[in-house]
Amino acid sequence: MSKLTGLTLKGAIDGLRAKSFSSVELAKAYVEAIEQARPLNAFVVETPDQALAMAAASDARIASGEAGPLEGVPLGIKDLFCTEGVRTTACSNILGDFKPTYESTVTSHLWRDGAVMLGKLNMDEFAMGSSNESSAFGPVTNPWRSKASNRALTPGGSSGGSASAVAADLCLAATGTDTGGSIRQPAAFTGTVGVKPTYGRCSRWGIVAFASSLDQAGPIAKSVDDAAILLRSMCGHDLKDSTSLDVAVPDFPSFVGQSVKGLRIGVPKEYRVEGMPAEIEQLWTDGIAWLKEAGCEIVEVSLPHTKYALPAYYIIAPAEASSNLARYDGMRYGLRVDGEALDDVYKDTRAKGFGQEVKRRVLIGTYVLSAGYYDAYYLKAQKVRRRIADDFTQAFETVDALLTPTAPSAAFGLGENVADPVAMYLNDIFTVTVNLAGLPGISVPAGLDAQGLPLGLQLIGRPLDEGTIFSLAGALEKAANFTGKPERWW
Amino acid sequence: MAIDAATVKKVANLARIREPDDRLEPLAQELSGIMAWIEQLNEVDTDGVEPMTSAVAAKLPMREDVVTDGGSVEKILANAPKADKGFFVVPKVVE
Repeated sequence: MSKLTGLTLKGAIDGLRAKSFSSVELAKAYVEAIEQARPLNAFVVETPDQALAMAAASDARIASGEAGPLEGVPLGIKDLFCTEGVRTTACSNILGDFKPTYESTVTSHLWRDGAVMLGKLNMDEFAMGSSNESSAFGPVTNPWRSKASNRALTPGGSSGGSASAVAADLCLAATGTDTGGSIRQPAAFTGTVGVKPTYGRCSRWGIVAFASSLDQAGPIAKSVDDAAILLRSMCGHDLKDSTSLDVAVPDFPSFVGQSVKGLRIGVPKEYRVEGMPAEIEQLWTDGIAWLKEAGCEIVEVSLPHTKYALPAYYIIAPAEASSNLARYDGMRYGLRVDGEALDDVYKDTRAKGFGQEVKRRVLIGTYVLSAGYYDAYYLKAQKVRRRIADDFTQAFETVDALLTPTAPSAAFGLGENVADPVAMYLNDIFTVTVNLAGLPGISVPAGLDAQGLPLGLQLIGRPLDEGTIFSLAGALEKAANFTGKPERWW
Repeated sequence: MAIDAATVKKVANLARIREPDDRLEPLAQELSGIMAWIEQLNEVDTDGVEPMTSAVAAKLPMREDVVTDGGSVEKILANAPKADKGFFVVPKVVE
């Protein structure tokens, strides 16, 4: 059975079509792998019965020649996506035992195309975090370990369960969401591929809201091809999300493997930050050389407002979060702590239901939006956001895409950055700019550090130009020839 | 700008989150640290810059103002902490 879980998404689709194995066999192999991997804490809900029933239905459709593009492939779903009848809590106590009576648009696209659900994946509470340690269900452990010690490492966050599950072969691929780097940073920490598409490509309907002007769904997968296949199914216009783009969904997989000859690649000088490990600097240099060999022209560019992206993000995201999370009032769903007066119910419910990081961000958001501070903070941050977006627009006048490291370090130890919120926030230094500008970005595993831990490179594209970064990611993947897998210890 | 315990208390009240008194001072320090780091935004010249509210060219799509959904009382109440006779049950607000 272990052979089946070692497949790529594309390999599984081909094998199912060729009837080398059935979807039920595939689902059973994954259900078993998930049971054995509970020490990783990647899944917060396992749905084996549903998986086997969906797989049986897929086998029937394959037999009758009605297979969809994802027919019979078992996937993991981040707990931020509402799944009908299956507990969805965004890994927060405030949602209690919430079982949606509806399905998110993105997941409904996956089931439409024949995919099979294995369960819900752990994440930082409300997607607020970079280490998966703010989850109400406890942290996820990275299947990768450093050569030097067996200490538990973070898989990154907020899509930590998704990244860990894909890296440990607990699903063929997984959904994630990315508000400041929550798909790309965990992908880099686990040797997987993660894509955040252009804002508006994926409908946000039915995804628990964190910061609505930044949130985007995307895939975490084992290869660039796999990520392209999954993203193609996730995207599409949706009338239920007013920011959903009414544009055709390109055939993303057809871009992987295309020549990148003649493309101009920008290397932003501001991304050479102080204190960046030499190995990441080296990886970036390798990436530049690989793309040069593939026929790209490398151009140094300047994104002068880069250093202001994180501070702007930590006004905009908490402000939107404080507003979005106002809905958790203990009246209509989730937790309620009873009390004398209505205000007591609100305050005690929210005090008990929200974790520390969520409270911290709701307080910051409330503060920056409160009377007298709105202009100084919120409006200022939105103006800086425009400056950051303009930097990219200018760079894209001379280049077709940008190449940067994905994260400023390899996976760090659980507990290492918990005491210092700002140190934790700095994890997103290379990814957050992309969310503010609404651009597509992809992280590709490109090498291992001296401790044997994976490192990722990021490609950033023009709005709606995922195609070009898929071609470039394919070229990087081929040149890097990253074949590393975590050694099984769980 | 430094945030003091009184401000934390006020903001926590606005956010409807109960924070015990012994948490106010530690929170004030944490939030002050974060806000001090955010202050660097003041270095950016934003005179005449239009605030960016959305990553997509924002023209809200319009639709006919008609009822498109409804009759889902059971579904809506399915997750209610307290419900009775087709209604949410909430604490008494008006005497």
